[in-house]
Amino acid sequence: MTDQVAVRMSGIVKRFPGVVANDGVDLEIRAGEVHALLGENGAGKSTLSNILCGLYRADEGVVEVAGRQSEFSSPRDALNAGIGMVHQHFRLVPTFTVAENVVLGESDGSLFMNHDQVAARVQELSDRYALAVDPTARIWQLSVGEQQRVEILKVLYRGAKVLILDEPTAVLTPIEARSLFATLRAMGEEGRSVIFISHKLGEVMAVSDRVTVLRGGRTVGTVDTSETSTRDLASLMVGRSVDFDRVVRATPADTDTTVLRVEDVSVTDDRGRVSLHQISFTIGRGEIVGVAGVAGNGQRELAEVISGIRVPIAGRISVMDEELKLGKARAAISSGIAHVPEDRLHTGLAAGHSVEDNLALKNYRSVQISKFRLLKRRAIREQASTLVERYDVKTPDTVTPVRLLSGGNVQKVLLAREFSALPSVLIAASPTRGLDVGAIETVRERLVAAADEGVGVLLISEDLDEILSLADRILVMYEGRIVDDLPATGADRERIGLTMGGSNTTEAVK
Amino acid sequence: MNSNLFIIIISSAIFYGTPLFFAALGGILTERGGVLNLGVEGTMLIGAVAGAWGSQHVGGSSWMTITMAIVIGMLAGGLVSTLLAFLCITLKVNQTVAGLAITIFAGTVGLSSYFAKTWGVSESPVTRQIRKLDVLGLADTPILGPIFFNQNILTYLSWILCVASSIYLFRSRFGLHLRAVGESPATADAMGINVTRYRYLHTIFGGALAGAGGVFYSLAIVPNWVDGMTAGAGWIAIALVIFGFWRPGLTLVGAYLFGALQSLSSTLKARNVSISGDLLNALPFFMTIVVLVLVSSRFAHRRLGAPAALGVPYEREER
Repeated sequence: MTDQVAVRMSGIVKRFPGVVANDGVDLEIRAGEVHALLGENGAGKSTLSNILCGLYRADEGVVEVAGRQSEFSSPRDALNAGIGMVHQHFRLVPTFTVAENVVLGESDGSLFMNHDQVAARVQELSDRYALAVDPTARIWQLSVGEQQRVEILKVLYRGAKVLILDEPTAVLTPIEARSLFATLRAMGEEGRSVIFISHKLGEVMAVSDRVTVLRGGRTVGTVDTSETSTRDLASLMVGRSVDFDRVVRATPADTDTTVLRVEDVSVTDDRGRVSLHQISFTIGRGEIVGVAGVAGNGQRELAEVISGIRVPIAGRISVMDEELKLGKARAAISSGIAHVPEDRLHTGLAAGHSVEDNLALKNYRSVQISKFRLLKRRAIREQASTLVERYDVKTPDTVTPVRLLSGGNVQKVLLAREFSALPSVLIAASPTRGLDVGAIETVRERLVAAADEGVGVLLISEDLDEILSLADRILVMYEGRIVDDLPATGADRERIGLTMGGSNTTEAVK
Repeated sequence: MNSNLFIIIISSAIFYGTPLFFAALGGILTERGGVLNLGVEGTMLIGAVAGAWGSQHVGGSSWMTITMAIVIGMLAGGLVSTLLAFLCITLKVNQTVAGLAITIFAGTVGLSSYFAKTWGVSESPVTRQIRKLDVLGLADTPILGPIFFNQNILTYLSWILCVASSIYLFRSRFGLHLRAVGESPATADAMGINVTRYRYLHTIFGGALAGAGGVFYSLAIVPNWVDGMTAGAGWIAIALVIFGFWRPGLTLVGAYLFGALQSLSSTLKARNVSISGDLLNALPFFMTIVVLVLVSSRFAHRRLGAPAALGVPYEREER
């Protein structure tokens, strides 16, 4: 690491409708360093990096690359200036080979692509940076970790001097993460800079040279990793000293009364592979049960099978001691199961339909809003107005299509509909993902309020902090199995992190 | 069945299969970029009428006339699919609806018949046809002669195009980019590939190839202008694209298979084999339905390698 500055961003401001995502952010990246960008969800990390990689344009502020003021109008511009980004959601063509994906869009003037030459170069890069991947393999055959390596190779192949990695470990197992860290250090040693975006303190401590902490769209500070501690970073990140607060419950959970009982449920996923292996658990009255795990370990299938969207191959589910007809959404609804799916605008709501129609989607057959199988428009509108007010949905009127609302308000519409059915069980899958801080707070309050009223909540989330602060009990899922079941109070993060990654030893993540 | 009949069937399968292949190849290029063209039938008819008009109005040597007629037919086909491209790519309308609209608008009793009337194409017969060639004087060679050395210029062109397009699609950079556009336009866009341009160019060129297929009908098969003369060949071509797994080589084989079915009725009739002609004529369409039903299942789509973004307009992701 030298003191030479590779990138300097100063006074960056970026506004979105309703949110100021970056509010005067400063960031300085030195050549050859691994620089962590730390902050909670919604702190403005992704916005800042999207500006740097040319996806967004800053409303105010200056970006300097190697001392020269630059403005990028596309990711290609940024790449030409030596800045490449590895997104959380990969941009890869699944049917192409690794080599084809790496050279995609590149034109060296020749009509034909020399597969052998490209493969050789990809191989060379992958050897140099310990990015093990077969250049001739097709993307769909690769694991998520390998696909991420391809994304990194793509950026390196184009000669990027500065690499931005947006929460790269979110999809990785601990072992893959460790090998990624080795790669990042190797790149630093070669004089490349790495911007490592994360909200996981342990990783930041393990891999970075310096850390810039963002909070609420502003820079809180930049510190040398060697001179700080997990505790200091955490308090910078959340703005108070943390032993992160557990939510105080008005009514404690009543675990003697079971509202949901899942017994030996096995499920296959869309590809026909078994994705849940004999899952059994119960939720008590007013209990919030958190499901922790890396995405894709069966959480989605679990939510779907309980809410009746997916037919299990075996098992029983009962609500309030009454056995449920499986694989029938209407049976699930009428037995009192509410579902807040992770994909709000696809599975949760009809995006192009109005707020009022969406609010009526679940109780459209009730006598309040329909008669002789015909809908009563005025009643639907009144129901919508009441709910919009009660749940504080910010919408111009009730006939606005939900897709025009902001993420937080979309989620409020969904919650309003699900809660108004007075459920006894609520399945909430990543209910706060992608929301801004205010909306996250509201959603969490609603979940807790529901539990206080006696609803049994299954909270599926990748955000461990969310689970730790809301849940009464934590289930850890790995490869379709519940590998751990522990009370949330005094839960050991390290242990959860390890079991999430499939290890049941006390091996430290470092 | 003697070997003579066998040779006739093969050589006429190639003959009847050629226009199907032209249209299907156009479909491959269009669909590889993610645009679904259901307007092939209408496009072929426009090409057919334009080609017939060209053969009546371009003077000069026979070669000159035929070449120009083919070029005019292709231009007309390209023009029609420019309209489709504008609807599907720029206006992002539903591609099924847009394609059907094109076929209804340009097809039988539509624009093609209108042009035929106003330009007087249907009044006088086509004077110059695309005739079969005697290549290297080998046409009389037993067995191979009628099959390989006694076809017309468009058939030979189709063989060249089959090889060239395979190389283009699977070996060249442009082909790689085109396939990326059809598989994952967001990825292609992120890598700096101009999705709109790729889609436009290939849709238009695909239409031009359908136009050439149409010319084959009006100047070689019939040869004359008759309203609605392609008689569903465009739909067969669409099925062929799927049948050939979006690959030119396999599609050529498929085209000849369907060509054989189409030629069967006239060949057998000439031989006094008594099978209902109507039944035989319906055979290709029956096969088309079977193929389409078989491959339109979700399973087949995933397995056969349909471009993942086929029929989906591309919109850049905005926050």
